[in-house]
Amino acid sequence: MSGRLLRNLLLFGRVLRGLGLDVNPGRMMDLVSALDHIEISNKSDFFYAARTLLVHEREDLPLFDEAFALFWRKPTEGWDVAWQGLTRRRRSTKPIVMPPPLKDEPPVANDSEATPQEPMTVIEVTRTYSDREVLRHKDFAQMSAEESEAVNELMWHLRWKVKERRSRRRRPGKGEMLDLRRTLRRSLRAGGEIFSWSYREPKLKPRPLVIIADISGSMERYTRVLLHFIYGMKSALTQPVEAFVFSTRLTRITRPLQIRDLDLAFKNVGELVNDWAGGTRIGESLKYFNFEWGRRVLGRGAVVLIISDGWDRGDVELLSREMARLKRNCHRVIWLNPLLGAPDYEPLTRGIQAALPHIDNFLPVHNLASLEDLANRLASLDQ
Amino acid sequence: MNFTSIDSIQSALRERNYIAERGLATSLYLALKLGRPLFLEGEAGVGKTEVAKVLASLLDTELIRLQCYEGLDVHHAVYEWNYTRQMMHIRLAESRGEKADEAELFGPEFLLRRPLLQAIEQSKEKPPVLLIDELDRSDEEFEAFLLEVLSDFQITIPEIGTIKTPNPPVVVITSNRTREVHDALKRRCLYYWIEYPSFEKELEIVQARLPQAPEKLARQVTGFIQQLREMDLYKLPGVAETLDWTTALVALDQQALDPVIVDETLGAVLKYQDDVDKIKGEKTRVILDRIKAEAA
Repeated sequence: MSGRLLRNLLLFGRVLRGLGLDVNPGRMMDLVSALDHIEISNKSDFFYAARTLLVHEREDLPLFDEAFALFWRKPTEGWDVAWQGLTRRRRSTKPIVMPPPLKDEPPVANDSEATPQEPMTVIEVTRTYSDREVLRHKDFAQMSAEESEAVNELMWHLRWKVKERRSRRRRPGKGEMLDLRRTLRRSLRAGGEIFSWSYREPKLKPRPLVIIADISGSMERYTRVLLHFIYGMKSALTQPVEAFVFSTRLTRITRPLQIRDLDLAFKNVGELVNDWAGGTRIGESLKYFNFEWGRRVLGRGAVVLIISDGWDRGDVELLSREMARLKRNCHRVIWLNPLLGAPDYEPLTRGIQAALPHIDNFLPVHNLASLEDLANRLASLDQ
Repeated sequence: MNFTSIDSIQSALRERNYIAERGLATSLYLALKLGRPLFLEGEAGVGKTEVAKVLASLLDTELIRLQCYEGLDVHHAVYEWNYTRQMMHIRLAESRGEKADEAELFGPEFLLRRPLLQAIEQSKEKPPVLLIDELDRSDEEFEAFLLEVLSDFQITIPEIGTIKTPNPPVVVITSNRTREVHDALKRRCLYYWIEYPSFEKELEIVQARLPQAPEKLARQVTGFIQQLREMDLYKLPGVAETLDWTTALVALDQQALDPVIVDETLGAVLKYQDDVDKIKGEKTRVILDRIKAEAA
């Protein structure tokens, strides 16, 4: 292989990395050895070889295709311009350097033995008990910037845990399934006589969580604090947490939220979503979720949180149908509505009326106290 | 069979009635040359599993299949002891007034070989094709274990020792993406996303697999399915559905599609009642008119 080709190849690898693709030196070495087996002069074979080795996500394929076409052609005028267009479309969703897991941030509630000592300590220094109580019950929408800050801080101390499900994996225990392996092993110690049977029991695993949040105009006052809430939950839970936002269309924000730097994460979310504070089309958004994502994220007994005030101007029948579909495909649908905090609120809008029959829990989400209540409910998942 | 070029593998696939895109042929070729697992993703029914089958036939070797599911563990993927036989053996020895020998009890005779162990043992003779089907259905524990096996192709059974092979099996992994498979595993593999085929490709597939189907019928069915894939359906039909439908229509002696027969057999194509309701009747007629206009 010519030195020039090799240099270009490595440069191409760096470009792909810059675009957020998961390309490492090992893969580049594989590509170099793969080129021994194919006709490099055949551009399409070279293209497919590079593609099969350097991409392992379907979502990255279009980006790779464009980058390849742009990189492996003779530089002409306008090259820079086209290139800039591509870098702007960089997958900001994927951090180039994966942050270490957020182990040491807010402590994850494990068992009952975890004692709730740390919560509130931060605020205790700065505020009196009654201040804190006022803050706990104050509606997010009526908070000053300073109060919002304090609440965001407090939110880090909420303990999140989602009730587990019985998985199909089994481990030795007191279940109903015979563990012949252990039974035989133990009997051999007794000269082949079986004195007692060993059993296996299902292993418990945390349920995946899916959050679908409304960021339309009517929800604007809650959006920022709810993003904090989603981010905190995602960091605290060990199981997969998928997050989506919608106003007129649905956007998946799971990947940008994986970044450890909160400000950067929010900035990336902001760039990714381009219908902030728009109109509301819950029905269509849920349909898109069901069709495109449902099968991929709702497996294994997922719990779905929908956060919305239910002000929908779209097709009510569609909303009802898609809610029913969603309900059939997951373990629990919990609808969080900030308006539910108001004493005189009644869920009379057509959107909410259409959705209600398919909701397991209809809960407020307007202040810190309501989030604490949610945390308790998720931990037990009682009706 | 030893392949010297992508062309040779593509034509060998075609001889076995598998119509592969250039990209897939390239991935297969490199998987064989570099000795890396091939990771296939794509919608249900685009022929992912079929790739492994045709590859085994191509290499004139055995296909060993491991179907994944949640809770799949070492005892079902690698090996298990045949406990009932062991217990019988102990009793028989006892009846003869002997004591069962433990070394014998945990010898090869009482070992049940599951797919991964089979694949590694057979590789010593002739590497088989190992199909790890629907990996997304398994859980993280199994994925982590698989990563280990795929990196060194050796398995240790405490009672017997380490079993390894100098020439690893040809590994094909498929996933329907009901769960994200971990990057670490995908990184070890060559990746290929199988798209729905174009009209021409799909027609070729139908004609290759079902030569008894009348040409007109094959064209209409393929056209109809292609139209359906453009529609807003919960579950789009795959190539498997195209073949099923054609088979059904041939069995019914149909020479061409008409609105009545389409509505009556739509269940072979669409698997959700919502989708059937949406297409049945009016839409069926519209699509039929469209494909007839295109054919004219």
